Amino acid sequence: MPKDSGIGASVKRREDVRFLTGRGRYTDDINLRGQAHVAFLRANVAHGRLRGVDVAAAAAMPGVLRIFTGADFAAVGGLPCGWQVTGRDGQVMKEPRHPVLAAGKVRHVGDPIAAVVAETLEAARDAAEAIVADIEELPAVIDMRGALAAGAPLVHEEAGTNLCFDWGFVEDNRAATDAAIAAAPHVTTLDLVNNRLIPNAMEPRAAVGDYNPATGDSTLYTTSQNPHVIRLLMGAFVLGIPEHKLRVVAPDVGGGFGSKIFHYAEEAFVTFAARALNRPVKWTAQRSESALSDAHGRDHVTRIDLALDREGHFLAIRTRTLANMGAYLSTFAPSVPTYLHGTLMAGNYRTPLIHVGVQAVFTNTVPVDAYRGAGRPEATFQLERVIDKAARELGIDPVEIRRRNFIDRFPYQTPVAVAYDTGNYHATMDKLVAIADLAGFEGRRQASARKGLLRGLGVNCYIEACGIAPSHLVGQLGARAGLYESATVRVNATGGIVVMTGSHSHGQGHETTFPQVIADMIGIPESQVEIVHGDTANTPMGMGTYGSRSLAVGGSAMVRAAGKVIAKAKKIAAHLMEAAEGDITLRDGKFTVAGTDRSVDWGAVCLAAYVPHNYPLAELEPGLEETAFYDPANFTFPAGAYACEVEVDPETGRVVIDRFAAADDFGNVVNPMIVDGQVHGGIGQGIGQALCEGAVYDANGQLVTGSYMDYAMPRADDVPSYVVDHSCATPCTHNPLGVKGCGEAGAIGSPPTVVNAVIDALQRGGHRHVTHIDMPLSPARVWAAIRG
Amino acid sequence: MARVTMTVNGKAVAGEVEGRTLLVQFLREGLGLTGTHVGCDTSQCGACVVHMDGAPVKACAVLALDADGAEVRTIEGMASADGTLSPLQQAFQDHHALQCGFCTPGMVMSAAALLAGNPRPSEHEVREYLEGNLCRCTGYHNIVKAIMAASGQGAAIAAE
Amino acid sequence: MYAFEFTRPQTVAAAVAALKGADAQALGGGQTLIPTLRQRLASPARLVSLAAIAEMRGVAAAGGVLTVGGGTTHAAVAREAAAPFPALARLAGRIGDPAVRSRGTIGGSLANNDPSACYPAAALAAAATIVTDRREIAVDDFFRGLFATALATGEIITRVRFPIPARAAYAKFLQPASRFALVGVFVAKSSAGVRVAVTGAAERGVFRWTAAETALAADFRPEAVKGLRMAAEGMIGDLHGSPEYRAHLVGVMTARAVAAA
Repeated sequence: MPKDSGIGASVKRREDVRFLTGRGRYTDDINLRGQAHVAFLRANVAHGRLRGVDVAAAAAMPGVLRIFTGADFAAVGGLPCGWQVTGRDGQVMKEPRHPVLAAGKVRHVGDPIAAVVAETLEAARDAAEAIVADIEELPAVIDMRGALAAGAPLVHEEAGTNLCFDWGFVEDNRAATDAAIAAAPHVTTLDLVNNRLIPNAMEPRAAVGDYNPATGDSTLYTTSQNPHVIRLLMGAFVLGIPEHKLRVVAPDVGGGFGSKIFHYAEEAFVTFAARALNRPVKWTAQRSESALSDAHGRDHVTRIDLALDREGHFLAIRTRTLANMGAYLSTFAPSVPTYLHGTLMAGNYRTPLIHVGVQAVFTNTVPVDAYRGAGRPEATFQLERVIDKAARELGIDPVEIRRRNFIDRFPYQTPVAVAYDTGNYHATMDKLVAIADLAGFEGRRQASARKGLLRGLGVNCYIEACGIAPSHLVGQLGARAGLYESATVRVNATGGIVVMTGSHSHGQGHETTFPQVIADMIGIPESQVEIVHGDTANTPMGMGTYGSRSLAVGGSAMVRAAGKVIAKAKKIAAHLMEAAEGDITLRDGKFTVAGTDRSVDWGAVCLAAYVPHNYPLAELEPGLEETAFYDPANFTFPAGAYACEVEVDPETGRVVIDRFAAADDFGNVVNPMIVDGQVHGGIGQGIGQALCEGAVYDANGQLVTGSYMDYAMPRADDVPSYVVDHSCATPCTHNPLGVKGCGEAGAIGSPPTVVNAVIDALQRGGHRHVTHIDMPLSPARVWAAIRG
Repeated sequence: MARVTMTVNGKAVAGEVEGRTLLVQFLREGLGLTGTHVGCDTSQCGACVVHMDGAPVKACAVLALDADGAEVRTIEGMASADGTLSPLQQAFQDHHALQCGFCTPGMVMSAAALLAGNPRPSEHEVREYLEGNLCRCTGYHNIVKAIMAASGQGAAIAAE
Repeated sequence: MYAFEFTRPQTVAAAVAALKGADAQALGGGQTLIPTLRQRLASPARLVSLAAIAEMRGVAAAGGVLTVGGGTTHAAVAREAAAPFPALARLAGRIGDPAVRSRGTIGGSLANNDPSACYPAAALAAAATIVTDRREIAVDDFFRGLFATALATGEIITRVRFPIPARAAYAKFLQPASRFALVGVFVAKSSAGVRVAVTGAAERGVFRWTAAETALAADFRPEAVKGLRMAAEGMIGDLHGSPEYRAHLVGVMTARAVAAA
């Protein structure tokens, strides 16, 4: 019988009740007394010299409180980048200033030029339209190859180049990899684009700044995945506000997918303006504004070479990528195409030699940063696509070629720095073959053919590095922050528990799953445990939620803090029962002296800690509250195998996904229902990338896909039901819960599955000339590919 | 400014609004009913769906004054007075049909409208009916499942 | 949104009077106009809502003619035209999404003449008559290219009369993002012949594909149009499809519409 509580139980989410009754509290739901509103004037050209901003007429309009321009921010810092990559030549990356409001130049459509604060939002918008920005339009660089061409216009003159960095990984393997490819019996080469995406969390970003002149305290309410990171970046690097005078609150947040990790100009602006005006200042993005100001994702152009022997064993991989940084370096942008991408290029396979080359390029486009998976989808896509192409060229079944190359001994040191602690790739592939009913494919293919449709099957694997990550390692790789996580476990006098975590839930369900762990550890009902997150004022310094790290890192911190609490509680229990501490066991909420029937329950010990009338005060402080910081020893390595069947309508090019199956290894699982939901969502986004989505700029740098009229979001009838399974579990060996993380898997594994399936359908349908189509595989593109 | 009166969740309400005030603004800012969300500016995401005279509408594409005299129901009016979730809301919780919760009010309102007119929809009909409601978290799987379950047809959908 | 004055008259006569002011604009269901206003792409001084005019609502079939009030919502047409004119009902039932269909009206759609809208194809193929507050306009004289119609400023579509075809169907290929028609084809066969109207595809908006009409008049089967080629010239080319693709889809959707009719 399935468990109904504790680790492994599909406990229903307690947070659902407020969301289902309209009682969530998102940032845009917050309205402070005296609140003013801000509207940004944003650049409508991609590149231009800002000769002047005339705000006189706008400032005189009704309701306008003040208009800010770049000059107002000359004395404060720029938006910082949190990761410094060092290139092949030993040069550190170019890191141009990213001002809160544009100064001197505008560098992408949407770059904020001025901000109007007014009594009402409409008054602010009216005035923003009346501002006259004198912009001398300059030629823009949109295409990355064009940006690197000699004589190309420079996004940042002071950088002297549009090349942010030129990175090689592992440089020591460069020559050997080239040599192995030159000598290999078979080399499969694939040129591909990993399409630029707009993350599109359904809640648009919003920020409310508040200032208390009596105390000098600033508060920022913001749509963030990591309020402490925002407090540190904005306080220390931009506005110069010490942490103890700055509180950052991320209340209910309507999805993030990476896009709400970063510190954005609007957050700094409302905090700054609230202090300047001594009034709360609120900004909420309109969706069209989100498209021009949220960091985009992906946008890699890649050539990959896979060298194989005649039996399909991998000999070497070489990959060359151009990675778009956009106009400025967003918070974690440099890490995405480098350490979150190059380190994953081994995939699930033994390949002795790998070399990854990445050139990061500035263009006159919105900054690009981490989006669900961040670097790992880009690595997986190129690897799994080139393997599929190689299998076809060599006449080897796509499942078989993968099995032939699987890593099957752990730990496994890859040639790209990381060491996988555990895994079982044959097991997940076996599971996939079963749950996807690959045996039944041929029958279904024939049924499709009778309807005039081409059915194809795509299969692939993925691996990801999650639970980012050991601070000592990421520090060597250029991270300017530690990547530990924190938790405080506060036991109340009557035994209830509050866990204050640095992780942040914006859909992941921490308020439900974290108590499952604590309740199991102590043996009390989950209802006695409450989770507090999202407010720097009442949570310990933590790095937030991204990279599938909440449970692996944040959960581990919580387990450690709870362990400290239990250790102290045992001392108290020992005192109460006049027994030796070493003889005390805790089970089902009861402390027992081993080998006796003497016991004291959890509540009594907690009460004794706070009402220490009978208490070892000489040896032990009163109270029961502990904090732990957990810094992982390694990444975790979730992995899996995915399969997809599509039907292609050869007359229209329309692709319909008929079946999708995912077999994942996430290690131990705390709440299977939530894990399944994470996989579903990831697959949905991956299908979106593969079939629908793509941010498109025209040659002048105008975003063509600036609204949902042109940016195709996957809808309920664009996706199938999914079969998911995570029963093949090899627990992580180095964190206390044995968990690996599940948030990104679906988005990483699924795009190549869909593309592999479409190519398979076309190949089987006789369109042998189609070996690749760049995403999104829109009907128009598939039709054009068929036509050749 | 003009006066608008309507019935919201069974209660008569009134307020002063501009011609350009949207129904969703009146609900959120005028009445403090912040459960109805705004997720886009082209009326495509469906986070703002409410019922107006029994039909689903996008509250971001209706002027408040055009709803004068109307009977409006929002997510805040879906549970019983004692807080008991409606069977549809309960199905959303039971089947994990929400994650971040932002699209949820619109999803529930659309699903309620579907079931009111078609009490036993097929999975295909459910997916088609939801085409005006975007969700970025769930991949739609569990939303479809919850609606099927709420319709009394069991929670099994095609893949399962 | 820019500020505007708002009125909601109860009768067509009052609406016509209210629309006489400078920069006054009629507001039908608002499913296109309100998003346009929200993005500050239009700035009427006065909006005249047609939503309260009871005489403009309703669907009635008599003598082989379906009459639809200009203020009738897509949802109402989908419901009420299902028996007399199922092809029209199905078209209406797949415009936008359910919430859009609760508000959007046939009059608003035809007056806006969006090149990707569905109703213009039905009206043109079925040889509808557009009835306004002041006159009747044969559909062949009504559409004047992209977002342009024969309507005078302030003129309101009060009714649309559709001669009910013997056989008809609409086949729509969706633009993946907006879900408007990338290409939509309405075919209608009646005693007067066959009419084929295409929306979504052409830069000039909805148009009749006369070559297909001729072929189908002789042989009303999908095979009859298989050999026909629509020229790519004049077709829309954008992110979602090249002119060649749209021209190709016109043929495919025409055949599918015939098969469904």
